[in-house]
Amino acid sequence: MADDILHLGGAQLHSRLFIGTGKYGADSLIPEVCAAAGAEVITVAMRRVEGESKGIQGHIPAHMRLLPNTSGARTAAEAVRLAKLARAAGCGNWIKIECIADTRYLLPDGYETAKATELLVKEGFVVLPYINPDLYVARDCASAGAAAVMPLGAPIGTNRGLRTKEMLGILIEEIDLPIVVDAGIGAPSQACEAMEMGAAACLVNTAIASSPNAIAMAQAFKLAVQAGRAAYCAGLGAEHYGGAVASSPLTGFLGEERSA
Amino acid sequence: MNTQATFEAFLAQWPREMRASMAANSSPAQVLAALNKESLSPQDFMALLSPAAAPYLEQMAQRARALTLRHFGRAVNLFTPIYVSDYCTNHCRYCGFNTNNKQPRRHLTPDEAFIEAQAIAEMGIQHILVLTGEAPKLSSPAYIGEVCQRIKPLFASVGIEVYSLTEDDYRMLRGKGVDSFTMFQETYNAELYGWLHPKGPKHDYAWRLETPTRAARAGLRSVGIGALLGLDEFIQDAFCTGLHGYWLRHSFPQVDVALSVPRMCPHEGAFEVKHAVDDRQFVQYICALRCFLPRASITVSTREKPSMRDHLIPIGVTRVSAGVSTAVGGRKLEADNAGQFDISDHRSLAEMCAAIEGLGYQPVIKDWEACESE
Repeated sequence: MADDILHLGGAQLHSRLFIGTGKYGADSLIPEVCAAAGAEVITVAMRRVEGESKGIQGHIPAHMRLLPNTSGARTAAEAVRLAKLARAAGCGNWIKIECIADTRYLLPDGYETAKATELLVKEGFVVLPYINPDLYVARDCASAGAAAVMPLGAPIGTNRGLRTKEMLGILIEEIDLPIVVDAGIGAPSQACEAMEMGAAACLVNTAIASSPNAIAMAQAFKLAVQAGRAAYCAGLGAEHYGGAVASSPLTGFLGEERSA
Repeated sequence: MNTQATFEAFLAQWPREMRASMAANSSPAQVLAALNKESLSPQDFMALLSPAAAPYLEQMAQRARALTLRHFGRAVNLFTPIYVSDYCTNHCRYCGFNTNNKQPRRHLTPDEAFIEAQAIAEMGIQHILVLTGEAPKLSSPAYIGEVCQRIKPLFASVGIEVYSLTEDDYRMLRGKGVDSFTMFQETYNAELYGWLHPKGPKHDYAWRLETPTRAARAGLRSVGIGALLGLDEFIQDAFCTGLHGYWLRHSFPQVDVALSVPRMCPHEGAFEVKHAVDDRQFVQYICALRCFLPRASITVSTREKPSMRDHLIPIGVTRVSAGVSTAVGGRKLEADNAGQFDISDHRSLAEMCAAIEGLGYQPVIKDWEACESE
C-alpha cells in the first residue's frame, strides 16, 4: 500500500481522506484534526477566507493542499468569479465547484456545475466539481476536463451515508476519473464502504466536525478510508459459494463428456 | 478502466502471452467470485472462460439466465439476412465466397433486391440484415446505400453486414435508413489473420479492427461484433471478443453492443478447422459473455443446429435468425449460386416462433424502428 498513490491534478497524494474546515466548535481544532486524519487536502469555502494567515486560513497547517470551494455560488458565472478570487487570494489553482441554488436541500445544479467546469478548465484550474451522482453530468464534467468528480453520498450535512450507492457504483464503473465521494458520509464504516467500492477518495467534514471528539473521529475516518482502500486493492472475496448443484437443468443436454 | 482512443491500443494492454497466462492461472475461487459479482473486470471474464470454470458450467448458466431475464425478460428478437451479392475480391481461406472458388456468382440490382426483400417481408420479418461480399467496384457503398434505401420501406429496421467501410460511408448509409452494423473480426490474432486473408482488401487487420469504432462514430445505433470460433485458440478469440464489446460499450455509451458467436464446424468445406470449439466450451463462452456484458444482445446463427439454438435461448441468447438462405437470390429469384456457409437450422419464421413460444418465451418481430432517413 505504500506505493498506492492518488494522482490528482498533477499532485501525488498519499492520503485518500479529504477534510473540511466548516462546522468546528473552534477553528483551533483544525491542525490537530489534520494530523489525526493524516489528510493532505482540505477544502475551505471562499466565502470564509479573510486574507492570508487571517481567520480560518491561519489554522490550516502549511503542508496541507488547499481545495477552495465556491460555496454560495448559485450559477456558473458566480462559481467562476469565486474561483478567480481564490486564485488571486493565493489559494492555488485547485477549485471545488459548488453551484447550489436550492437552499433547502443544498443539492448541486448539474447544468451550472458542468458549465463552470468547462469555463474554469479553460482558465487553467484543476477542477473538482461537486455533483449529484448523475452519469450524464459526470460525463459532461469529464469531457470538460475535470480532474475528478465529487458525487454526493447523501444530501450535504445529513450524515446519512451512501444513500446513492447504486449511482455511485455506476460512476465508479463508467467515469475514467477519480471519484471522490463527497457529502453525506456520517460514519467511518460508510467511508470504508465507499472505498471498498472503488472510490478514489472521500471528503468528510460534518461527521468529523460535529463529533463530540473531532480529533478521535478524524483518526477513525483515516483508518476506515485506509481499510476500505486496502480491501478494494486486495479484491473482495465471493459473497457466497454456490456449492454443488444436484442437477443441471440448463446444461444437462450437453452430457458429461466433451463432444466436438 | 484505462480507456484508449482505439481498440487496438486498448487490446495491446493484454498481449497474447498475458492472456494465455491469465487463463492458465485462473482458479476456481476466481470463477466463483466472478459469478457473484455485479460488475466483472476483464480478469473476471477470463476466469469464466478459463479451464478452471469448466466444472462450474451449470452455475454459470444459471447466472447467465438470471442476468438475461433481468435485462431482456422472456423476449427473443428475430431477423433474417438477405444476401445481395456474392462477388468477392477476398481470399479468405475458410469462406464460400472466396474469390478463387469458381462458382456461379450473382449480384442483385436494387430492383431485384427489392423483389427478394418483398418475399422476406411477406414472411412477416421486420428486421433485415443486408450482406454482400467485398467487391467494392460492383457492390460499392453507393450500391449498398441504394439497396438499403430501396428496401427500407418494407422493414422496421435495416442492418448491414458488408465489408469494412469508412466513417463517412457509414454516415451515408445511416442516412439511407441503416440503423445497425455487424462485422466479424474473424480472429484477433493479427498473424493468423494475415495468413487467413492472404490477399484482397480484407488483408488489412488494423483497418478491420477499428471498423466497429468507425460505425459507432458514424452514429449507427447498434454495433455488432464477433470472432469466427475455430480459427484461433478458443480462449484467445473469446476473450478478445468480450474485450472488444467491453471497450465499445464504454467508449460509445449510446451504442447497443451486439455479440455474435459464429462457430465453425470441425470440417467446414476444404478448410481444416484447427481449433474446433466443442459444445461445452461454446456454452461456457455464451455464459461468460452474458456475465461480462449483461446488456449486450447475443445472436446465435443458423450455423448451429435447432436443438442447440433452442437450448441457448434460456441461457442467454436474445436474437436469432429465421427463414435463412445464405444464397444470393435464394428466396424469390432463381438461385444457382452456393451459399456462404451451410446452414444447420432451416426453420421458417413461423416454425422458429413456435419453438420460441414452446420454450415459454415471446418471439419479437419488431423491436425497433428508426424514424430518421433521407
